[in-house]
Amino acid sequence: MADVKKIATRDSYGAALAALGAEHEDLVVFDADLAGATKSVVFKKAFPNRHFNCGIAEGNMMAVAAGAAAMGLVPFASSFAMFAAGRAFEQVRNSIGYPHLNVKIGATHGGISVGEDGASHQCCEDFALMRSIPGMVVMSPADDVEARAAVKAAYEHQGPVYLRFGRLAVPVFHDEANFKFEIGKGEVLQEGNDVAIIANGLLVNEAVTAGKTLKEAGISARVINLCTIKPLDEELVLKAAKECGKVITCEEHSVIGGLGEAVCSLLSEKWPTPVRRIGVNDEFGHSGPAAALLKQFGLSAEHITEVAKDFCGK
Amino acid sequence: MTATEKKQLMAAACKVRMGVIEGTHGAKAGHPGGSLSAADMFTYLYFKEMNIDPKNPKWEDRDRFVLSKGHTAPGLYAALAERGFFPVADLPTLRHIDSYLQGHPNMNTIPGVDMSTGSLGQGISAAAGMALAAKHQGRTCRVYALLGDGEIEEGQPWEAFMFAHQYKLDNLCAVIDNNGLQIDGKVEDVMSPYPIVDKLKAFGWAVVEIDGHDFNQMEAAFAKARETKGVPTAIVMTTVKGRGVSYMENQVGWHGKAPNDEEYKIAMDELKAQLAEVEAM
Repeated sequence: MADVKKIATRDSYGAALAALGAEHEDLVVFDADLAGATKSVVFKKAFPNRHFNCGIAEGNMMAVAAGAAAMGLVPFASSFAMFAAGRAFEQVRNSIGYPHLNVKIGATHGGISVGEDGASHQCCEDFALMRSIPGMVVMSPADDVEARAAVKAAYEHQGPVYLRFGRLAVPVFHDEANFKFEIGKGEVLQEGNDVAIIANGLLVNEAVTAGKTLKEAGISARVINLCTIKPLDEELVLKAAKECGKVITCEEHSVIGGLGEAVCSLLSEKWPTPVRRIGVNDEFGHSGPAAALLKQFGLSAEHITEVAKDFCGK
Repeated sequence: MTATEKKQLMAAACKVRMGVIEGTHGAKAGHPGGSLSAADMFTYLYFKEMNIDPKNPKWEDRDRFVLSKGHTAPGLYAALAERGFFPVADLPTLRHIDSYLQGHPNMNTIPGVDMSTGSLGQGISAAAGMALAAKHQGRTCRVYALLGDGEIEEGQPWEAFMFAHQYKLDNLCAVIDNNGLQIDGKVEDVMSPYPIVDKLKAFGWAVVEIDGHDFNQMEAAFAKARETKGVPTAIVMTTVKGRGVSYMENQVGWHGKAPNDEEYKIAMDELKAQLAEVEAM
């Protein structure tokens, strides 16, 4: 597997913007002095007159994007997840969410895999913040193929969308030729009936690896990719809970307020099922190489495998 | 401006002020002080300055108005109703549970409202985004925003001022209502925004200072704003908070309080007398 292609989903974001920009004149991009890092610079090079640098002022950028959307443009507002969802939360809530304006928030550098920059930049709260806004779609794609499809779907969707991308290059495991993407629909990557492992973002690939290891150990795990955290694919989650009886959630996010809690909320009301949540356990991250941090915080195939074995009593 | 035109504006402003009293009295809440200080500006914008069509509130090439100081919605609603966007008779339903007249402007429920606002400092950014988009789309429409003097204690307007200057948004005109009072007292005592004019000039804006209750000065200021190329224009207007209702004028207590039945009657009697005086001119 050494030759698996790896691409950071932030690169997918930049590429997708440039591709969509060629088709759609109304697509404009805002950035906050981070175009090189968010990769919106790829769009900027192709369409310099449709890329607007807002400087280091994310709150203003979000409300500016709202104004542009009110005029009929389709703005993608880009920054790091920490500043897009965190610093500018109230602008996103009041100027984009409340009027339900057609703004797409492209948030890169989500999660602990930001790495060396440390806790101030490792946003593990963005799903929680964005999920709480009525009408906001929240997505966290797993690889390059899905990320580009999610950007296209976000453009086609009428209303606000939050997209989270990563800094770290991650394996491309989807086969683009046979890939179909729909907002709010999850996908089953491995069938199984002993335990359901529901993941998003870079943990999907880890969950797939864990699923294979578990199979060898005699545990049949159903591995599910839930790119869209909101609206949740309730049908798919309920079916998995009913047929597997145990659910593990995996996300590069706090265990508070993200995918894990969204799944728990659904199951506790409609089909009470034992759940184990894998995520960042109510603590801040710290500096270090991304791969080492992911391992240290238990965001790995090895940890998912351990939790699943323990959960299944093996 | 002709004497007849001015008289018509003065009469409309009296009616807008009555609408503010009707709204806040009906709501038993709301913000009459800053609605009344800006009542002449609302009137001038909707009856003279802006290119709008009350019968087609979503007309794509209309001028846009963003009430950045969203709490003075009673003033905006009164002007919109008086201009024909919706019935004046609906004003007393302000803030009622099933009314479309929300406590702060909602662009999705209220005809004529171009942007939802209420959280201070955000409207001016949205207005800048509209102005940028209008230029990008090749539209000739103009964008207007009204801010409070207390509102510019927020940091975001200054981000927006930088942005509007950077992108040479000469189709954007921001009006700052300098009535000198905010909830907790005089603006200079709470957190002085002064010198407002010098700060805006330092941010690269063209600035015009006017008396916010003088229609002739408004006419000249907006004409200058339209002629100014390459930079946005700010109109800093000195006003009297609560203007037009004797017991509310310059009283900080009337920032966010509704008149009771007795106070309502006094206010309406005063405004009716002012209207009669204008009509007799």
